[in-house]
Amino acid sequence: MAQPAAVGMQAPAKKKGGIGKYKKWGYIFMIPFVVVFLIFQAWPLIQTFYYSFFEYYKTGLTWVGPNFCGIDNFAAIFDFSRVNLFALTYNTLVMWAIGFIPQIIISLLFAYWFTNVRLRLKCMGIFKTIIYMPNLIMASAFSMLIFSLFSDIGPINEIIKTFNNGEPFRFLSNTWSTMGLVGLMNFMMWFGNTTILLMAAMMGINESVIEAAEIDGAGSGQIFWKITLPLIRPILVYVLITSLIGGLQMFDVPQILTGGMGSPNNTTLTLIMYLNNNIGTSRNYGIAGAISIVVFIICAALSLVVYYGFAQDKTTREANKRAKAALKAERARRGQ
Amino acid sequence: MKKRILAALLASATLISMAGCSSTQSTSSTTSSAGDGQSSATEAPANSGDATEAPAESGDATEAPTESEAPGEDKAAVDCVDDITLADGEGKVLNIAVWNDDWKKQFEQYIAPHMPKDVTVNFRITENKENAYQNKLDNDLPENESKSADEKIDMFLFEADYATKYVASDVTLDVKELGLTDDDVKDMYQYTKDVCTVDGVLKGVSWQATPGLFAYRREAAKEILGTDDPDAVQAELSDWTKFEAVAAKAKEKGYKMLSGYDDSYRVFSNNVSKPWVDENKNVQIDDQLMAWVDQTKKYTDEGYNNKTSLWDDAWTKDQTPGQKVFGFFYSTWGINFTLAGNSLKTPEKEGGKLEVGNGEYGQWAACYGPASYFWGGTWMAAAKGTDNPKLVGSIMKAFCCDPDFAKAFAKETQDYANNVPMMKELADDPDYGSTFLGGQNHYALFFNVADKISMDKCTIYDQACNEQFQGAFKDYFDGKVDKDTALANFYTKVKEKHPDLVTP
Repeated sequence: MAQPAAVGMQAPAKKKGGIGKYKKWGYIFMIPFVVVFLIFQAWPLIQTFYYSFFEYYKTGLTWVGPNFCGIDNFAAIFDFSRVNLFALTYNTLVMWAIGFIPQIIISLLFAYWFTNVRLRLKCMGIFKTIIYMPNLIMASAFSMLIFSLFSDIGPINEIIKTFNNGEPFRFLSNTWSTMGLVGLMNFMMWFGNTTILLMAAMMGINESVIEAAEIDGAGSGQIFWKITLPLIRPILVYVLITSLIGGLQMFDVPQILTGGMGSPNNTTLTLIMYLNNNIGTSRNYGIAGAISIVVFIICAALSLVVYYGFAQDKTTREANKRAKAALKAERARRGQ
Repeated sequence: MKKRILAALLASATLISMAGCSSTQSTSSTTSSAGDGQSSATEAPANSGDATEAPAESGDATEAPTESEAPGEDKAAVDCVDDITLADGEGKVLNIAVWNDDWKKQFEQYIAPHMPKDVTVNFRITENKENAYQNKLDNDLPENESKSADEKIDMFLFEADYATKYVASDVTLDVKELGLTDDDVKDMYQYTKDVCTVDGVLKGVSWQATPGLFAYRREAAKEILGTDDPDAVQAELSDWTKFEAVAAKAKEKGYKMLSGYDDSYRVFSNNVSKPWVDENKNVQIDDQLMAWVDQTKKYTDEGYNNKTSLWDDAWTKDQTPGQKVFGFFYSTWGINFTLAGNSLKTPEKEGGKLEVGNGEYGQWAACYGPASYFWGGTWMAAAKGTDNPKLVGSIMKAFCCDPDFAKAFAKETQDYANNVPMMKELADDPDYGSTFLGGQNHYALFFNVADKISMDKCTIYDQACNEQFQGAFKDYFDGKVDKDTALANFYTKVKEKHPDLVTP
């Protein structure tokens, strides 16, 4: 690329030098980030990959390893005869869905109401503050609260006992009630955040589009489904992806609620809780590294699926295809 | 000008508040160092606070009380301790790692008044939530020798379940290096020495033995068995078959025999015939453990227990006044501290006193139960690399080896001291009785059980195995999984803690 400049294009070369003068500062300003990234993120990341192929742990006070062991660690975490990553991914995604489905519905509804000019809601500031409030509580504190509320001798069970012959319903000893409580907490903690995001998206829609639809006789249902939703699609996808990644890394809520056990029968054990169990006492860098890598791959894959599946609608996809084809044709023509 | 006046005002306010701080600090440290028996235990924490590295200021302890304050002719425990001197060349900072302030309070009450003046004692407290205390020790102890003298851990405390982990490694010192002789430890219970003995070398000592009993509500015993006399009740509970028959009777009367799943665990797990892990690292499940599983499953299905788990709120609630649970398997500390505290109507926090008339205090009794067992206990060891071996040795001697101290300490705290002849004296004392147990001499009972305790099957894997076994079988008791799945889950969990174990 630099060669043509030498052929006598003086002015552009000078201009390039000018940019170069400032470009230096760009790199200088980037140094702190790059250094921190390399030391605290890239290097551990590489080590995680590296140690996932090693036997490397502590038993009592004795370190074992690192001894190269091939893919033994990966074989161990996919061993179907015991707790395996398929079951854990299932647990994690189910608990995420239990929280996310009501969350997105309620958030869409609230965001639509809050931004609807015709409703003219009063005291919106108060509403927005209240629905965001649960997110400000520490997840572990919230989890402790729910634990005490729903324990066998907690207030909820005191109510249940009065019309169940004095027998409590043991929420935390049943799979679906425990999963439900985890979902409930995630829903309560995050629907405010999602509402605010979707509101921002909806406020970005040009009012005239909606007015035009109204003049054309569209009902509010039609406006919502045919105009609002398609126009906020990028933000919806963003919400979905971030929530999914957050969901896959679900840890604190079920950890505190079940005391790290993922009880009953490991049905509320999430991927990261499993990782924590392996790194906690035995510092098993091999197994933990293998789990991290699988979680990383799952996250990346799901994000790609969601992105390519939902981010672009049919027309955009076709347009992109046409553009790509045109580009190809152009290159081929130039090549000739 | 205004600004200057304001600045001057602010500066003087800061100065005054700092002066105020330091003056309160110095007063509280004098209170704690006055060390007059009982009161210093409660006041001391105000000074040294709950910060992990707060110096205990025990160096100030110059005015050790000389006159006895205990009733009768017996000396108070604090007076049984001789003044400790600092050996030549030893450091002036003593760091002690612990997981709560229980022993710190006892240290401040009994030992601190006799410590050398110029030694600062730091308690490094790491709560043992999710294994944090052990993780900290595991990190610090192997590196202890390379730390600077004042940073080194000189001494640390540990419990039975993970004792072997530390004494079997080279991070602990032989107590003989600390100045303890065979004569010093001859009166200790053999099992307390077995726990800390590796290849014939004793590496830790304890001031307490922890034999266990079955503590029951007298009221419930009268209703279920027609008597609350400990001997008669013992006759009814002397083996597991009889115990179960009483459980059925208790159910008819509206009582639960036990509170939850883990209550009888130690009674079985202490009577195993083989260790958790054999020499080839195979995990082995003893028949006694499966007997616990079968019994607990039956009790759960029949409604003989309240489905609680050890230490959870529901379990603790079952020990409070008015609850319909017959009794608890508890060892020395459990009966004298935990259960006695829980039996009160007005808890000690709210100003209640440990006295008859407050809730069910005094309305409990204890008997041996179906099998002898022990539960818990705390040991102390010197960390390799310490610059205060002799000082640590002196503290061990004073707290664990002195017979007079043992007796006075047991009487003052109701704890069961680790000294066979002295405990025998108390056990044979016809005038002695525990107010909590309605006048029963619990030392007599404890004494007979303590003799039978053996702890020769320890492994470094015990804690993980015990915890995960109880945890995994909870699902089985709840009816969520079958026995084989519970066992498989146990194997998975225990391998997470110790990946080197071999499981089926």
